[in-house]
Amino acid sequence: MLNANVQRILPWLFPIVVISTWQLASQAGWLSTRVLPEPWAVLKAFWALTLSGEIGKHVATSTWRALVGFGIGGGLGLLLGLLTGTFRAAETLLDSTLQMIRNIPALALIPLVILWFGIDEWAKLFLVALGVFFPIYLNTFHGIRSVDKGLIEMARSYGLSGWRLYTQVILPGSVASILVGVRFSLGLMWVLLIVAETISAQAGIGYMTMNAREFLQTDVVLVGILLYALLGKLADVLAKGLERWWLRWHPGYQPNART
Amino acid sequence: MNHFDLELQALAVHAPPAFIPREASVDPRAASTTPARRPRGGAAVDARGLSKRYGARDVLNDVGLTIAPGEFVAIVGRSGCGKSTLLRLLAGLEAADAGQITLDGDARGRHQADIRIMFQDARLLPWKRVLDNVALGLTGPEVQERAREALAQVGLSDRAKDWPAVLSGGQRQRVALARALVHTPRLLLLDEPLGALDALTRIEMHGLIERLWQRHGFTALLVTHDVTEAVALADRVVLIEDHRIALDEHVPLARPRARGAAFDAIEDRVLQRVLSRPGEEPSEARPVAPPMGEWRWAI
Repeated sequence: MLNANVQRILPWLFPIVVISTWQLASQAGWLSTRVLPEPWAVLKAFWALTLSGEIGKHVATSTWRALVGFGIGGGLGLLLGLLTGTFRAAETLLDSTLQMIRNIPALALIPLVILWFGIDEWAKLFLVALGVFFPIYLNTFHGIRSVDKGLIEMARSYGLSGWRLYTQVILPGSVASILVGVRFSLGLMWVLLIVAETISAQAGIGYMTMNAREFLQTDVVLVGILLYALLGKLADVLAKGLERWWLRWHPGYQPNART
Repeated sequence: MNHFDLELQALAVHAPPAFIPREASVDPRAASTTPARRPRGGAAVDARGLSKRYGARDVLNDVGLTIAPGEFVAIVGRSGCGKSTLLRLLAGLEAADAGQITLDGDARGRHQADIRIMFQDARLLPWKRVLDNVALGLTGPEVQERAREALAQVGLSDRAKDWPAVLSGGQRQRVALARALVHTPRLLLLDEPLGALDALTRIEMHGLIERLWQRHGFTALLVTHDVTEAVALADRVVLIEDHRIALDEHVPLARPRARGAAFDAIEDRVLQRVLSRPGEEPSEARPVAPPMGEWRWAI
């Protein structure tokens, strides 16, 4: 039997082994710095860029783009999902159109987006918004439709209707599904932002890595990749926190749940 | 009161006291109700010529049922006989194809707020704490107070802050009962609310429902497949068979009821009647009725 401390360390064991091997391989000269700089150099670059304020600037720019794009796309997805989920007429009118658009990969639109918006901020926001729209839209729609009919029947017979029925029964009943959409979207959000920022930008993590590539600064490229990983993880932790708070009634979403 | 009734009363008096669950004992503080919350009495229910079809299938065919104010009526019958449909028609969850329902002489729809239903599954909102579930649909002043009081009546004051997910099946049904009672209904419809509970919890719930019914004086209609439960609780047991009412049996036993010769006699009479029509099978395929010890609940 493993005790609790060993259990806690175990998930970190593999990354530690990988990084140590990598460091050793670089120091021994088996790995060229052109291919992969040693982890220590990456850390030093990270530190230097932090001190110079460059990382702060790029991370702030990227985060701003991610959040605004997520806000626009996610907000619209939520709104339209609620609309088509609630009203049959809206579903008939909009759903098949949205399903067709959904099947176009967002990145296939890049040439068109550049023609429409040029290469300024709006092009990047548009791509992010488009990408995060669909997971949230689909899951909101599905969440509304799969609220327990028995609960709605009960609430109606207890005198709830209209807005009260919506806010007390239908919305809370679909939150679990909506949050699944949010988590999907957060993953997509970074993917799309990375691509959008590598096309053309004057700031942002993507710009920083592309710039570094031109000067063969592999350590800075790795710092950029690392930042995306950290920010992605952070977004996921936030989404999990939302789940824990909004679904605290749900035994399946609590940290000590056994499901 | 005739001689037979007297005998039944005597039997009931000598019967052992009904099992009263300790946990479900009534909170003495809850007994002091303000005038506004005092029981409003039961409603008189009159249903005539009710028919309901699903596609080509008859579910109810010209069913009539009259319930006096404050009366406790149980409807029994085999699965699919239409007993739940009758209750759903009375609750207004479905519309009848023919016939009419009145409460105190008015159309049913005008009394929607006087009718509350308890479902087989408790149907608590899992995202609301127990107290907020009880307060569902309540408006006006002192919502929290009234919900707390109702919760005390079913003996669950200490679970007010819990999520429904952590309650047992019996506790969930007690919360559902409190949620129904907080509206001071004049007609309480019970759609097999104890069907999914274990035998001991069911006996506890019988006592609780009976005491609350006696205290609030609402009219109660219980749909059940358990003849014992029907005889234990109801003033009248109504059997639905072949989509119509086949038997309407009075239960003149004193409350609280306990098993005894008189209880068993009534239970047997209803069961005999149910079993004499074994579903779709031809009657000659059935052997002579088995001796008493071998009765099995077939409905």
